[in-house]
Amino acid sequence: MAEILVLAEHDGEAVKKVTFELVTLARRFGEAAVVWTGPGAEAAQARLAEHGASKVYVAAGPEYDDYVVAPKAELLAELVKQKSPAAVLLPSTAECKEIGGRLAVKTGSGILTDVVGLTDDMTAEQLIFGGAINVQAKVRTGTPIIAVRPNAIAPEPAEGAATIEPVSVTISDVARQVKVLERVVQQGGARPELTEASIVVSGGRGVGSADNMALIEKLADSLGAAVGASRAVTDAGWYPHQFQVGQTGKTVSPQLYVAVGISGAIQHRAGMQTSKTIMVVNKDPEAPIFELADFGVVGDLFKVVPQLVEEIEKRTN
Amino acid sequence: MNIVVCVKQVPDTWSERTLKASDSTLDRDAADAIINELDEYAIEEGLRIAEAHEGAVTIFSMGPERAAESIRKALSMGADQAVHLVDGALAGSDVVGTSAAMAQVLSRIGFDLVILGCESTDARTGVIPAMLAERLGVPQLSYASKVEIDGSKITINRQADYGYDRVEATLPAVVSVVEKINEPRYPSFKGIMAAKKKPVQTWSVADIELDPAEVGLANAASEVVGFAKRPPRQAGTIVSDEGDGGTKAADFLASRKFI
Repeated sequence: MAEILVLAEHDGEAVKKVTFELVTLARRFGEAAVVWTGPGAEAAQARLAEHGASKVYVAAGPEYDDYVVAPKAELLAELVKQKSPAAVLLPSTAECKEIGGRLAVKTGSGILTDVVGLTDDMTAEQLIFGGAINVQAKVRTGTPIIAVRPNAIAPEPAEGAATIEPVSVTISDVARQVKVLERVVQQGGARPELTEASIVVSGGRGVGSADNMALIEKLADSLGAAVGASRAVTDAGWYPHQFQVGQTGKTVSPQLYVAVGISGAIQHRAGMQTSKTIMVVNKDPEAPIFELADFGVVGDLFKVVPQLVEEIEKRTN
Repeated sequence: MNIVVCVKQVPDTWSERTLKASDSTLDRDAADAIINELDEYAIEEGLRIAEAHEGAVTIFSMGPERAAESIRKALSMGADQAVHLVDGALAGSDVVGTSAAMAQVLSRIGFDLVILGCESTDARTGVIPAMLAERLGVPQLSYASKVEIDGSKITINRQADYGYDRVEATLPAVVSVVEKINEPRYPSFKGIMAAKKKPVQTWSVADIELDPAEVGLANAASEVVGFAKRPPRQAGTIVSDEGDGGTKAADFLASRKFI
């Protein structure tokens, strides 16, 4: 059976959930062979096995962390050459899409991004224009490179050997052109990553100030959620830019999206309207965000949200 | 310093965007066309770097005739000249073909720095900057929220989920920018008048000696086999807060097993 290469996303310690989603998807088409760069593969092996990975190709060298994107693309290109996989699956995140793009050039292959599902003949389902249109697309040249959105596939347990096979690829000088000097961690900490989170709580203009974003964080923490923000909030400097959800920010598709004090301009809707369940708190009953709401409260967020947090804490403790 | 800013004309997010039933490519006539918003930040950054480092800014756009409007706007912001790659053979190119054509043009123009938005608001693949760097064999400095140049050394803040990475390379390089990087200027009246006289070269696929088999819908490495409008979401329950809005919201979350 052909292999499907799955690029693992991890932070050196924890495996990102999307990796298990991709392994689950890969098993439908062949043997799920995880590609792991940098340290941490041994610690992750058991969990990869529980999701049915058959192999884990480990390239443990420091160059994958020390240089931006290009070394990982070189590694994958070499594995595509050696293993002739039926497809390469990657998370549809900013950096992994870039790896996929470079891999497409190196291998003369087609690439599809922001995929939310695959049919048995590997036709990909994509959502475009902020989720307004469903598209079916297929790679017809080379090895299909498919970037799948986090949260699109439900991870399923299965038995796999997850046999570790060290691989050694010589990384070229061209791939070492961009050196990482420093990684600066700003915010987020213990919270789940925005594009991966099952629940996202976002604040908008109605929140009113940087200090008041603490209220959004509090609600997020009560639900184990990631924090997002509308463009009005990040433009005003109330919250860091990387948390912006929308047309020029992140696209999220969580199980639950809670929009607080967000009017719902197209700019914002484009980044969140494919969320499975949407809850809204806004004082303006005419706000377009209510059109998307499964449940909405018209009211003052400074009264509704603290009460909601209190209720959640009461019911979950 | 020779700076090339890549500009894409896209359908305005505020107008209805759709695909053509005939060949599943973008229906460019159905919507108002504007400069891809993130490319305006790229133009601004190019102009600022040119001002600080005695550079010139060339605008490069690949797209149909109509993209000439976006090129004029970019010139009116202060860029010096432009190249417009326009050819029916390019229509329907996927990212593989698009990056091949763009790289070919960029090598012919020559550059110390290529700057572009980190993604377009229509396709939103975000892969073109990386593919250009790959094809051109130059450093990929993407998702920049800050750019610093010192001689031939270039350092950027590369935006990441957790914050940012400080990364460094040597020119020439490809830089893609996020909107946090600056505040794009508006064209002045003087700029708009001056733009009318600035040189715009129009190149075809033959002019850049690109193999036509590398581009266009028929040669794309991926194809759209079908599309459909998504059904609108079903109307939900909306309540007014009468002192119990938070409790009702919690009831809803409990009913959906979120708590």
